[in-house]
Amino acid sequence: MSKLLQTKGLGIQFGGLKAVDEFNFEIDKGDLYGLIGPNGAGKTTVFNLLTGVYKPTSGRIIYKGGSLVNKSPTAITQMGIARTFQNIRLFKNMTVLDNVKVGLHHSHPYNLATAIFRFLPSFSKSEAAMDEEARSLLRVFDLEEFADDKAVNLPYGQQRKLEIARALATAPQLLLLDEPAAGMNPAETEELMATIKMVREKFSVAILLIEHDMRLVMGICEKIAVLNFGTVLAFGTPEEIKNNPDVIAAYLGEEE
Amino acid sequence: MVKKILKSKTLGGFGLCIAVFIILNVLMMTKVLNSYWRGVAIVCCINIILAVSLNLATGYLGQLTLGHAGFMSVGAYTSAILSIHLGLKTSQSPVIFILCLLAGAIMATLIGLLIGIPILRLRGDYLCIATLAFNEIIRVVFVNLEITNGSKGLIGIPYMTNFLYVYIFMAITIYVVYALVNSRHGRAIISIREDEIASELAGIPVTYYKILAFVVSAFFAGLAGGLYAHYMTIIMPSTFDYNKSVEILVMVVLGGMGSLPGSIIAALLLTLIPELLIQFSQYRMLIYAIVLIAAMILKGSGAGERILSKLPFRKTKRIEVSGNE
Ligand SMILES: Nc1ncnc2c1ncn2[C@@H]1O[C@H](COP(=O)(O)OP(=O)(O)OP(=O)(O)O)[C@@H](O)[C@H]1O
Ligand SMILES: [Mg+2]
Repeated sequence: MSKLLQTKGLGIQFGGLKAVDEFNFEIDKGDLYGLIGPNGAGKTTVFNLLTGVYKPTSGRIIYKGGSLVNKSPTAITQMGIARTFQNIRLFKNMTVLDNVKVGLHHSHPYNLATAIFRFLPSFSKSEAAMDEEARSLLRVFDLEEFADDKAVNLPYGQQRKLEIARALATAPQLLLLDEPAAGMNPAETEELMATIKMVREKFSVAILLIEHDMRLVMGICEKIAVLNFGTVLAFGTPEEIKNNPDVIAAYLGEEE
Repeated sequence: MVKKILKSKTLGGFGLCIAVFIILNVLMMTKVLNSYWRGVAIVCCINIILAVSLNLATGYLGQLTLGHAGFMSVGAYTSAILSIHLGLKTSQSPVIFILCLLAGAIMATLIGLLIGIPILRLRGDYLCIATLAFNEIIRVVFVNLEITNGSKGLIGIPYMTNFLYVYIFMAITIYVVYALVNSRHGRAIISIREDEIASELAGIPVTYYKILAFVVSAFFAGLAGGLYAHYMTIIMPSTFDYNKSVEILVMVVLGGMGSLPGSIIAALLLTLIPELLIQFSQYRMLIYAIVLIAAMILKGSGAGERILSKLPFRKTKRIEVSGNE
């Protein structure tokens, strides 16, 4: 059996800059991996490549045995890769509930006629099912009480959670989290760690997370890839990474 | 519970719609509203169709387009040419009339599809300019065609549009747009306005929904054009120039991007105010302009929003939100 996702020699060049180069990586069902590295190392760019936002200039991405290169972001999402963003990108003026329902769009495909004949039972049945599913996702993140508020009015930490809920609504098998703890205080980070672990169990989803908070990454990730100048500097368990001299020189050392 | 709310909102709107119709009809029959004001009412309904349909593309989808009058003219000319050739004047057949209107609307939809596919890739100012260019091209085409009688205008269109027709088609337009935006399709459309990238990465087929909203918007503009043609009985290409597109856009902006009641009220006001100001004859357009500027300032400062939020119908809506922060 092939892995859930594999990349081979993946790379992208912006003008003369090789933002990601020879990125070889794999992640399997249910894994919880971390992606770390200094600022500008190319971590977010990797996410953009995996989700089809950028087209790679070299290499391959193999997901469930098929290539993802040249697939649209929409298609990739529908195939089961969902993500959050480093700079939160919610649908600000939509309600919290509707944000999640947008994520459910693909899995509840009632057609235009059903929407127009909204007084018939098939419409309210579909909508009620979506409503229930969206609410149960919100409940996972303790967001149900905000269901009818505009997303933009949520506090920062809750917005990050809502983004994860929306991503989960697309029923992913691989979830990419770009700095989910950014801007959170230690208590919130602690809580988030627990939530991420729980999400992996409950939704049986593989998670790859970018994070600068070493405690979070080392605490929950089974394996960590370290990116430096677009290439993988090291890939291994937290223990191995912690003691890797290259990593200490390039990244960990400068932190303390 | 959700079901009940949805039901009652739809029913409530329907009741309101019928009540307004009955009141207006009684006023017309008792001659409180004379035939002049009946004409104004017809134009009001046509403008509401235009504003509500443009709101779908601009307010909900978030694409600033300036070619709505172009689609209106396609519907007007197509339906008018058809009805003239089908001898509607003598037969006066409502069925043929409605078929002609539909043909006009469908033609507008097809043109919308044809230009929408290439130009909806453009963003912001570029899209705006491209739709403006489309509007001008259509106008020039109608000026130069023989079948449209060029700039002299198409005459002898059967007089078919009455208050009943426009009112029913207006109600249908409002209902369809309302049903669309308050469904999974509408959420997809609104999410594109909010953040196109995030929308794609939530699994929304963005191109499909952009074209859908654009094309539905064009359909109703075409319908409005057909109704207009069969009310005026004479149409000229210059009627549908970019000034008309701007006028419709102003209604949408003034009423609030992505607000149906807003579009309806703004379309009503912007149609009625010039009529009410008619006694000021030469100062009319000046006062109209001042009212517009004042309205925009009020709106921009949020004062208008605060006043409107006190109105009951504004409180109940959930998806509709103003796009400009
Ligand atoms: N669209 C783009 N065009 C040009 N350069 C880009 C583009 N996207 C990313 N880059 C460059 O690629 C490099 C990697 O950026 P990336 O955002 O992936 O870093 P990162 O590891 O996520 O950093 P951070 O920790 O700050 O988020 C940077 O030098 C960045 O300027
Ligand atoms: Mg980044």
